[in-house]
Amino acid sequence: MHASKIASPLAVGRNVPRKDSAEKVAGAAKYVDDLVFPGMLYGRTIRSTIPRGRIAATRLAFDQRGFVVADYRDIPGRNVVALIEDDQPFLAEREIRHTAEPILLLAHESRDLLLRAHVEIGYERENPVLDPESSPTAFKSLAIDKGEIEDGFSEADIIIEGEYRTGHQEHIYIETNGVIAVPQDGGITLLGSMQCPFYVHKALKSMLGWSDERIRVVQTETGGGFGGKEEYPSLIAGHAALLALKANRPVKIVYDRAEDMIATTKRHPAIVRHRTGVKRDGRLTAMDIDIVMDAGAYVTLSPVVLSRGAIHAAGPYRCDHVRVRGRAMMTNTPPNGAFRGFGAPQTQFAVEVHMERIAETLGIDPVKLRETNAFRPGDTTSTGQILGEDCSALDVLRRAVRRSGFRTRQRRYAGTNRGIGLALFYHGSGFTGGGEVRLASKASLGLTERGVQILVASTEIGQGTRTMHAQIVADALGVPFDDVYPVQPDTSNVPDSGPTVASRTCMVVGRILQQCAEEMKTRLGGMTPREFFAAHGPMIVTSEYEGPSGIKWDDSTYRGDAYSTYAWACDVAEVEINPDTFEVRPLKLTCVHDIGKAIHPVLVAGQIEGGTAQGIGYALIEQVVMREGSMANAQLTNYTIPTTLDTPPIDVVIVENPSRYGPHGAKGVGELPIDGPAPAIVNAVRSIGIDLREIPAVPEIVMKAIDLGKGKTDARHVPL
Amino acid sequence: MKGVIAGLEMREPSSLDEALSAMRNDPSLVPLAGCTDLYVALNFGTLESTRFLNLWSIDELRVIEKSNDALSIGALTTYKSIIQSKLVRKRLPMLISAAREIGGAQIHNRGTLGGNIANGSPAGDTLPVLAAADATVVMRSADAERRVPLTQFYTGYRKSVLRADELIVAVEIPSFSGKQWFRKVGTRAAQAISKVVMAAVRSPRPRIALGSVAPTVIRLPMTEGALEEGAPIQEAQRILMDEISPIDDMRSTEEYRRRVASNLLGRFWAETE
Ligand SMILES: Cc1cc2nc3c(=O)[nH]c(=O)nc-3n(C[C@H](O)[C@H](O)[C@H](O)COP(=O)(O)OP(=O)(O)OC[C@H]3O[C@@H](n4cnc5c(N)ncnc54)[C@H](O)[C@@H]3O)c2cc1C
Repeated sequence: MHASKIASPLAVGRNVPRKDSAEKVAGAAKYVDDLVFPGMLYGRTIRSTIPRGRIAATRLAFDQRGFVVADYRDIPGRNVVALIEDDQPFLAEREIRHTAEPILLLAHESRDLLLRAHVEIGYERENPVLDPESSPTAFKSLAIDKGEIEDGFSEADIIIEGEYRTGHQEHIYIETNGVIAVPQDGGITLLGSMQCPFYVHKALKSMLGWSDERIRVVQTETGGGFGGKEEYPSLIAGHAALLALKANRPVKIVYDRAEDMIATTKRHPAIVRHRTGVKRDGRLTAMDIDIVMDAGAYVTLSPVVLSRGAIHAAGPYRCDHVRVRGRAMMTNTPPNGAFRGFGAPQTQFAVEVHMERIAETLGIDPVKLRETNAFRPGDTTSTGQILGEDCSALDVLRRAVRRSGFRTRQRRYAGTNRGIGLALFYHGSGFTGGGEVRLASKASLGLTERGVQILVASTEIGQGTRTMHAQIVADALGVPFDDVYPVQPDTSNVPDSGPTVASRTCMVVGRILQQCAEEMKTRLGGMTPREFFAAHGPMIVTSEYEGPSGIKWDDSTYRGDAYSTYAWACDVAEVEINPDTFEVRPLKLTCVHDIGKAIHPVLVAGQIEGGTAQGIGYALIEQVVMREGSMANAQLTNYTIPTTLDTPPIDVVIVENPSRYGPHGAKGVGELPIDGPAPAIVNAVRSIGIDLREIPAVPEIVMKAIDLGKGKTDARHVPL
Repeated sequence: MKGVIAGLEMREPSSLDEALSAMRNDPSLVPLAGCTDLYVALNFGTLESTRFLNLWSIDELRVIEKSNDALSIGALTTYKSIIQSKLVRKRLPMLISAAREIGGAQIHNRGTLGGNIANGSPAGDTLPVLAAADATVVMRSADAERRVPLTQFYTGYRKSVLRADELIVAVEIPSFSGKQWFRKVGTRAAQAISKVVMAAVRSPRPRIALGSVAPTVIRLPMTEGALEEGAPIQEAQRILMDEISPIDDMRSTEEYRRRVASNLLGRFWAETE
């Protein structure tokens, strides 16, 4: 008998309950530090205390009873964290390239004895390279050329130049990095807090020299990532595995906050220089952009971070002649890595503050200047990509201006210590260029007794993966949302659907799941999943990413379709500056974001609000103080992130201009919101008459900018 | 967590006398009140002591009262009790302003006034209030009680006259008149350590105290004197900048602290006219 055909309400577009909310709210969800295995040891990492040099001698100055000690000689395979370049060792052999570089590993049953163990390391010191601009080593250089830059400059009425700087940023996921390694049956299982189980799998295979099936990686409930658990977990997993194999017992390594801050990756600091040709009416004729990123001591993901930064560097603006040059420079500081936005926040900060300065120089209203130049469908980007109807730059700009009452407020704030500013920005969804085709991600759906099981490597890290995927699958199959359930990402059980990064989990993996569901629906032949299961038993459907037809990219020339679609946004910031303390207080942010389709509006708004709050921290508060190549304020007391009192009301407007490729037209949303707040806030401060070009704009920096402005005869009125 | 927990010892005295005699017999005992400073040191692995005396149940140290004409606040008084006290609100409203801006709800419930004084951080937010209010620190050992003005309590960066066998039992604040003023400048809007913190009283001889601009909390006698003699505020601000000795650290810069301290003086003067 066929089930009655009462359609369940569609899940997509509704704020269905999160798949994981009950467990998390009840405190029942198990994070890696909640897990205990019989006979488990605790692991500790002994790290370098100098930024550059060679290890001369190591001495274990403690009673070694009950300890397991491992160093690079215990690595059976290759001593490199396999990622892009094979340059970063799991454990230093002789050369030290940064402080907090792992040298030696200890494990013991007792955490106290482990903490007390003292290891002496003697060094031959060398002079560290700390300034990326004077570093002799570029990990990656790239060039984007559109048109003929000199032609563009000869068409210009005025040329405007500027230099913009952005600082490090620390992820501050609530849960620090942690892993447990469990050796069993000639293999090893790694359980941990991570974004990309298959990255860990790949790195361990190469470190151990083992075949695929001997290594199993399981993501445990993860308390935030923001990119900080993209590549780093490979390193810590390698460490736990080495100790566990040597001890033949499970080993847990969980960093405390200080270790996590001092040793793990951060956002790349950047120096971006613009030279722009403009007509008197504001049209851009030439954009010449130079980007320097501080990569830190090893390559990690810097080439791709630089690449995304460079592709977004000219902003969402039409210009026939663009030249971008980018370099990721080696310094003797801990490697910088993936962080929400992935290079784009740095370069879009620069271009958006530069646009403001162009408006100031020309005496043109900043909205007008952006309206003149914003991309329209049919325009080409700096890489030569022709934008389709899914380009909403002008639309989000106009909506944000109206919604925030920009012009009224601009007039009202004139001559006061309040200001208003905006930033127009965009973010490419998914991997850059041919990345998605190369990844060839897979996803599966399983039909089980319980319903429909989602089998993907995409991780839930708080952003709502499980819920959003289940919504897409439920609707594509025509089954109730409650019948679709996620499984824990486990490399022995799920296909490789690629890393959980690059705003791709909904748009790319969600789309593959949708294909799976469509195929499963065909195979069900009109039966419900339960009926089918009763008649035929379980079934698994697997689908693979198919590159959208007509999309072309050439990695050697940086020409072509950099992303299959972009998400577009405009942020308006209103701020107040305290004349006594030079503190900038945001009063309100209006965020208008076109993300194609909000599969779950509450989760989308959460991403936008959270990303905006993180962007406020990036703009105003979060300062990594580096001394001799090491983070001096590696504690939450002194590296401060915004509290609710630092975060103003955020007015979120979701715009849905669909993309042709994502499920239901969805584009990426995870990273977009971090790109806009910093330039919007700095431009709001600029509107008060303060020439600010650097973040984090802590009060000490704002004070200096005010002082410099007062010395200049052409400075606008500073009401301070 | 870098601190070693095993081997820590804690005594639980039930009265002040018991606590004081324990300290006389064993000067290695470190008193702990709300533990909000001590635990941070333990977490970072920088706490040397392993033997502790838990003061938390000694209610006699929690009294807020008028004694003679002075306001007396027991050392174990939490920020929460300070904020809720009508007597403090009437006599020393700037202490309530300070308490409100210290930490968050958890710290309000656990952190104590005595702990803030004994901890002796130059950024301690109640210290400028107590200095501007001419407070006296009351200390007691098993043998004797003594009183030292807060302005003479500290002898250097995180150093004080408090002996290993003594407890702070209370602070006493003589009655005074004049508008009270408090301003904290931290690294963010809440839950932050002060970069500059100022408490002041507008009276015929103004009283001005600053934190985070010198190795200890300080009063500014020269600035106060200039204002008393009717010097223009700009001149007082210049004097203030010479009277303080801030430094660059990971939270701020010397120049910023000097400028902001001077601006706060100007703001105090304008707001208390
Ligand atoms: C998250 C957080 C936020 C904070 N925010 C602020 C802030 O905004 N402003 C600020 O000023 N401080 C702040 N603090 C620091 C701390 O909370 C205060 O200094 C608090 O007043 C300490 O009191 P306590 O009772 O917890 O001290 P404890 O930690 O118990 O003790 C601190 C020191 O004082 C000694 N001691 C305590 N009581 C006595 C006594 N009666 N006699 C003799 N010695 C004694 C102890 O031996 C120890 O050396 C913060 C701390 C944390 C963890």
